Amino acid sequence: MGNKTALYDAHVACGGKIVDFGGWDMPIHYGSQLEEHHVVRQASGMFDVSHMTIVDLIGDDAKRYLQYLLANDVDKLKDVGKALYSGMLNEQGGVIDDLIVYNMPEGYRLVVNCGTREKDLAWMNKQADGFSITLTERPELAMVAVQGPEAIAKTKQVLTGAKGDIISALKVFQGLESGGWMLCRTGYTGEDGLEIIVPEEDVVTFWQQLQAAGVKPCGLGARDTLRLEAGMNLYGSDMDESISPLQANMGWTIAWQPVDRDFIGRSALEAEKASGVKTKLVGLVLEERGVLRGHQKVIVEGIGEGEITSGTFSPTLGYSVAMARVPTATADTCSVEMRKKLQTVKVVAPPFVRNGARVYK
Amino acid sequence: MSNIPGELKYLSSHEWVRVEADGTATIGITDHAQDLLGDVVFVELPEVGAEINSGEEAGVVESVKAASDIFSPVSGEVLAINEALEESPDLVNNEPYEDGWFFKVKLTDESDLEPLLDADAYSAVCEAEDH
Repeated sequence: MGNKTALYDAHVACGGKIVDFGGWDMPIHYGSQLEEHHVVRQASGMFDVSHMTIVDLIGDDAKRYLQYLLANDVDKLKDVGKALYSGMLNEQGGVIDDLIVYNMPEGYRLVVNCGTREKDLAWMNKQADGFSITLTERPELAMVAVQGPEAIAKTKQVLTGAKGDIISALKVFQGLESGGWMLCRTGYTGEDGLEIIVPEEDVVTFWQQLQAAGVKPCGLGARDTLRLEAGMNLYGSDMDESISPLQANMGWTIAWQPVDRDFIGRSALEAEKASGVKTKLVGLVLEERGVLRGHQKVIVEGIGEGEITSGTFSPTLGYSVAMARVPTATADTCSVEMRKKLQTVKVVAPPFVRNGARVYK
Repeated sequence: MSNIPGELKYLSSHEWVRVEADGTATIGITDHAQDLLGDVVFVELPEVGAEINSGEEAGVVESVKAASDIFSPVSGEVLAINEALEESPDLVNNEPYEDGWFFKVKLTDESDLEPLLDADAYSAVCEAEDH
């Protein structure tokens, strides 16, 4: 038996089909992954993401520490609650994890992946040497993502008063606290919505109230098809410790300025850039029948080979999309080895879908 | 528990076959199979008129989760395919034994049916997989 979130019994009560996900017993769907996907694109759905690891950081050197630890620069975070997406790199420039860091009134809050929890915490503690900081994991906090065009309105039906006012005032990619909760306008679906950090003892009631307000429970299956349509990377599939942000479509998360900011992996990234980045992460589109799947081989005629890192049927588009790591010189088509035959596919820049509609060219 | 009708015959690879009154055989995948696959998004079927052999690949079913070969439990000429699956592959999930059928075959050899599993034997296969 794996770890269980505070919502486990609620998932079972909602008919959730439970699977192991990085050591956690989580719902993959509650009946139909496709219906859950569509409800997030068209109305509102909610996901239990309590398995994610939340770490609070305080101390005199908190900012300086993060400026060393992360490839993106927390100096960009001017407003309280503002969030930043970043890679946490090793010395070779490989991605140890991708994370979100919030600028909190008394320090910072980091949300990292569950599957990488132990190595992340070990790395963060190791790098803390010489910095006056304190890292505190917050396993007693649950997290619910409410996503979709109706997500904010529905959540405000449940959270009135101070919390509702905060939700109304939230800017995109900002998170603010209220009474031990944290309301964040973030997500992993390509839709507007919230990720709400809730004390464990309050989360079951909150979940049930959202459900009563018409927000549909959605499982990790729909979460994966939604994030892939939105062109968002999945750690462990689209990048890992052997892949630099430059090869993972995460170049935008590297803050090169100021040039004298020494962050872990910087010199490796500079060397990689100077010698020419060899591969890139692109989007693939197959408008005919068939589904692109992770690990299928990609052949770029006259140039070389690559591999699909994540592939799925796109419920919004009605055909298959994927992300693939291919030689940098790859142009606008390539072939994929699918079930014994070669299939020509289009190469595009992700995302594929945003706010319910196709966006790639 | 998945639904396993008593009047059908099965392959351990989760296809079912029903012998109709006119002697033709209808083939599909079981409730257990559709549950394992999750939402079905494409079904690739043999061509009408094609000769297929028992135990050989006769098509592919693709779900959001995985692609899976379909094996034919019997040999014979393909008389019809379920064209409704083109527009509504979810029929495989919702009605695996009725409107979610895959194709119909003109049985050439009744003895093809003998090695197939009955409902009890197939049920045991599913239970063994679940544990």
